[in-house]
Amino acid sequence: MKFTRRDTILIAAGATATAMLPMRAFAAGEDEIAAFTGGASIGDSGVTLTAPEIAENGNTVPIEVNAPGAVSIMVLALGNPNPGVCTFNFGPLAGAQSGSTRIRLSKTQTVTAIAKMADGSFAQASSEVKVTIGGCGG
Amino acid sequence: MTKTVLKGAIAAVVVLAGAQAALAGDGGLVINGELEMITEAPAADHLKGSLTTVYSGWVFRDVDTQAMQMDDFDNPGMLYVDQGEGMWNAPAGTSEKSCADCHGDASESMAGVRTVYPKWNEAAGEVRTLQMQINACRTENQGADAFKYGKDEINAMEAFISMQSRGMPMNVAIDGPAAATWEQGKEMYYARTGQLELSCANCHEDNYDNYIRADHLSQGQTNGFPVYRLKDTKLTSAAGRFVGCVRDTRAETYKIDSAEFVALELYVASRGNGLSVEGVSIRN
Amino acid sequence: MAENVTPRVRVPRSAAAGEVITIKTLISHIMESGQRKDGDGNLIPRSIINRFTCDFNGQNVIDVTLEPAISTNPYFEFQAAVPEAGTYNFTWFDDDGSVYTDTKDIAIG
Repeated sequence: MKFTRRDTILIAAGATATAMLPMRAFAAGEDEIAAFTGGASIGDSGVTLTAPEIAENGNTVPIEVNAPGAVSIMVLALGNPNPGVCTFNFGPLAGAQSGSTRIRLSKTQTVTAIAKMADGSFAQASSEVKVTIGGCGG
Repeated sequence: MTKTVLKGAIAAVVVLAGAQAALAGDGGLVINGELEMITEAPAADHLKGSLTTVYSGWVFRDVDTQAMQMDDFDNPGMLYVDQGEGMWNAPAGTSEKSCADCHGDASESMAGVRTVYPKWNEAAGEVRTLQMQINACRTENQGADAFKYGKDEINAMEAFISMQSRGMPMNVAIDGPAAATWEQGKEMYYARTGQLELSCANCHEDNYDNYIRADHLSQGQTNGFPVYRLKDTKLTSAAGRFVGCVRDTRAETYKIDSAEFVALELYVASRGNGLSVEGVSIRN
Repeated sequence: MAENVTPRVRVPRSAAAGEVITIKTLISHIMESGQRKDGDGNLIPRSIINRFTCDFNGQNVIDVTLEPAISTNPYFEFQAAVPEAGTYNFTWFDDDGSVYTDTKDIAIG
């Protein structure tokens, strides 16, 4: 088949559009982050996420988040079937903008915490947690 | 096989535990800042030539898991202890009597009980596990249905009774009428079975403190049972764990209430003689 | 434990005015994620605690939105300021509409 220049450009445009699709579909947590930040830029300091490097068991993983001066902190598990984990919203009588809990991780993945600060800015911290299979699978 | 690796592992745990859990003290298991557990003890005489020191499974878990057990509030297994306490006080069966009606205050009547089970029951002519004895009481004395093994109720009952001996060293009898059952359990412990030709000893005696895949192998002691497993987020009994462990080594496993596992439970308990009953422990 | 949803909270009995205290909460709940399948291969529907709040004398301390990735027997630890004596009110909201509560008083001293 002989391609005209027109054909080549259309095919290239189609290929580019197709190439872009998987990237949008696989960006885990993107929707949740966009809803939380409204598209604002996210800084990388101001929030800490404490999680084990290797989870003793993926079903019960202890984590802690801390963001002095934050209004709320959203936690996502980017490798889970659904990324949402929890969102801490701090009220006027919160003694500190921190919280600890226990979460489920379905496999080795990045856990991320995004803090919304009182001045409307955002900060993010991430942690890679390894989730392993037990010795004999049990 | 020398176990010098373990000292390093415990030292590392002590360093990390000190940083994260202020209650760790000298690095051992101290519950609620005051109850000191014996997690390391000289091995019983019958283990001569096999083990010199016995360690609780707590020692082999990571810092966060260890910390979870150091505070009764943080320990989700305590939810089951509460459930067991409720059952202790609730009338049951045709007798309409609760455990308390005969046994009174559990903290008195059940103190030390967990440390001597499994044990020989003269009237019944058999070795009984604590759960078997609970069910015997239920059916014979309360006129109630036996609890199903492997379910929450019986595990919660055992958890509550176990709590009344928390801290006390395990001390099951291996001689006298229990001797034959103990020998049977010992034979099972060392017998290679299944597709992988593994015995309990291959992992828990020859390779404790080593890793199998990503699992830090313990000595497989039962002083911490019933256990709140992070994996299941509920209690598992010793026999329940045996069912899974034997199956996972690709051998034909036995029923949870089988005579084989009663014998094995007696033998395994005796390997941990000297270690503290931990009430309800937390493991992976 | 799915039927017996029991909350527990740990709050110090007293604190100095203005002190920051640590509060721990635990509630027995299976937190059915909606990912598990039953014996016949059917998905077990999601049924979780989806929100937890703590208020003190009418003011909010913390308000947490929970997703299925929170482990069975949800556990939370957080910090609370104690301006005066009063009562902490804890509330857990279940997908099925149930609401579980617990309260703890605190004195100043």
